[in-house]
Amino acid sequence: MNDAAAALAEQGGDPGLVPRPFEVVGTRRELDDVVTLELAPLDGQALTFLPGQFTMLYLPGIGEIPISISGDPARPERLVQTIRSVGAVSEACCALQPGARIGVRGPYGRGWPLEAALGRHLIVLAGGLGLAPTRPIVTWALENRSKLAGLHLLYGARTPDAVLYPTQLLGWAGAEAANVMVTVDRHSDQWSGRVGVVSDLVPELPFDPALGTAMVCGPEVMMRFSLQALEGWGMAPAQMYVSMERNMKCGIGWCGHCQLGPHLLCRDGPVLAAPQVSDLIGVWEL
Amino acid sequence: MSDAGKIIAAAGLEQLVRLLRARGFEVWAAREQAEALSLQPIESAEDLPRGRIEAAEAGKVRLVASGRDAYFDHTLPMQGLKRLVSPPEERLFACGEDLVPHETPPAATPKAVIGARPCDLVALDTLTQVFQDGPQEDRRYRARREALFLVAVNCARPAATCFCSSMDTGPRAEAGYDLALTELYEPEAHGFLVEAGSAAGGELLEALEGEPASAADRQRALAVSEAAAAAMARAMPSDVEGLLKRAYEHPHWEAVAERCLACANCTMVCPTCFCGTVEDRSSLDGATAERWRRWDSCFTLDFSYIHGGAVRKETASRYRQWMTHKLAHWHDQFGRSGCVGCGRCIGWCPVGIDITAEAQALADALPAAKEA
Repeated sequence: MNDAAAALAEQGGDPGLVPRPFEVVGTRRELDDVVTLELAPLDGQALTFLPGQFTMLYLPGIGEIPISISGDPARPERLVQTIRSVGAVSEACCALQPGARIGVRGPYGRGWPLEAALGRHLIVLAGGLGLAPTRPIVTWALENRSKLAGLHLLYGARTPDAVLYPTQLLGWAGAEAANVMVTVDRHSDQWSGRVGVVSDLVPELPFDPALGTAMVCGPEVMMRFSLQALEGWGMAPAQMYVSMERNMKCGIGWCGHCQLGPHLLCRDGPVLAAPQVSDLIGVWEL
Repeated sequence: MSDAGKIIAAAGLEQLVRLLRARGFEVWAAREQAEALSLQPIESAEDLPRGRIEAAEAGKVRLVASGRDAYFDHTLPMQGLKRLVSPPEERLFACGEDLVPHETPPAATPKAVIGARPCDLVALDTLTQVFQDGPQEDRRYRARREALFLVAVNCARPAATCFCSSMDTGPRAEAGYDLALTELYEPEAHGFLVEAGSAAGGELLEALEGEPASAADRQRALAVSEAAAAAMARAMPSDVEGLLKRAYEHPHWEAVAERCLACANCTMVCPTCFCGTVEDRSSLDGATAERWRRWDSCFTLDFSYIHGGAVRKETASRYRQWMTHKLAHWHDQFGRSGCVGCGRCIGWCPVGIDITAEAQALADALPAAKEA
């Protein structure tokens, strides 16, 4: 009768809610309140992931938060996570120095359906910190550029100071491989680029909407307007994907916090096709 | 013989308790506590609240004299089997700054429950689906679930808050038990029909003193369940799933919110509400931390917190989340309803909000054919 309990005690590890120890091997301050951590697993076992998946990061005595993976899926030996300091745990994560330890669970969730873009124009539409979970798409797309008809990154930030990964954006923009458009909501004297919301860039895309697949990530209101803009431009909703956000607590469908209507986002998402959220995305406090 | 069941005398309950204890089980049952029923360990059949019945209505549950000395005229303890398999709080592991977790294995003491009700058995199966059949198996849950021996009791006298008939979860247990009892309370004979639902139950049934049940005995037991079903006053409207999926933005949620205290009582007594959270408890010097898992409720403001604040700030959206998840989205997530019709949320709501009445109010307000 107690076999299961005995087996559990013997195995000594519950993969469910117990994190693996990682070490901070690199930090980079991206913005005033945003830091990228590079983490290495103490057990040497690389955390392989799909673009769009997330992990749960844990600091003892402080707590645990969900963070999207923003590294290169082809180089999983370093776990790369870009974190904005908005609460107790994220603030402590942003203050970590090389050599510090951090607990990691995951990866969790369904990632971006990259295969859906093969042979098509891949449009990445990102707002604010939404560039972090979509960066692995761009990295993958550049490595698999010959399999795509085109690669288009439409990125919007609130202000020029809030543009994430600016060096990388310039690098991508300078390459022939990608069409990069960056816009800011509010400009400053130093900004000579576009001003306006990112969804306004959609009609400028230089190809037939029927040939595109869009992957959208950012604040919920930005995603709502982006889906509307894409549909208005002529793209079929089935070719649009969004990464939705609710309170991810467990990552494995046990805790119920991440519900968005019928979806348990940690299990069914965070990436969903637009038709899966069209009835939900505008609903008050859902 | 055991396939057809046995008839045991009322006094045979004591032998059942003894046999279970001899097999190493801690025996649990609904006991009377402060004029209510609470699931607790028992020493003997003497501890059962014989001759008691619930006087239940929206916002009120009280145990009163049933007018006869039957053992199981009452129905449900205030909480179901959930706490036996998913405890209100438990320590998962402890670690220091090295982050090497020292895990706390679950204490899966073998427990036998006498008087598990049909709706609670379905609720247990519902929880098992969440914790064992999802992306990852909760081994703690499994250890505790496998350590359970369940003696079902088919309900004879439903409480006024019961609506299991309309959820197809009772009042007669169809599966999920080791033994099932039907109390046969008749002027000339007071006893139980005992039927086995598992190999372990069959073994125990062999050991129980009694007579093989006849077809007439089983017919008498079925009549008890039929009378119970007929006595059930409440019902959930049909197609409540489709109804709620058309009602996201309906003003009725505001009408409920005017009464709802967002106290979370309904989620604490619900036998299928599985939501939980994990929190840190650190030592005073900060050198070590423990991770504790505990029940959580979608009625709290923190539940939907993401950076920038809670998604569901208003009570209306939290009540909508609870009811819509329970009755509609559960079907999308798990292929079944999350409600088993036990009615606990009705009786234990401090302001008497009745989930069947709120569903009916929405059904009355929303024409069936109306598009969202």
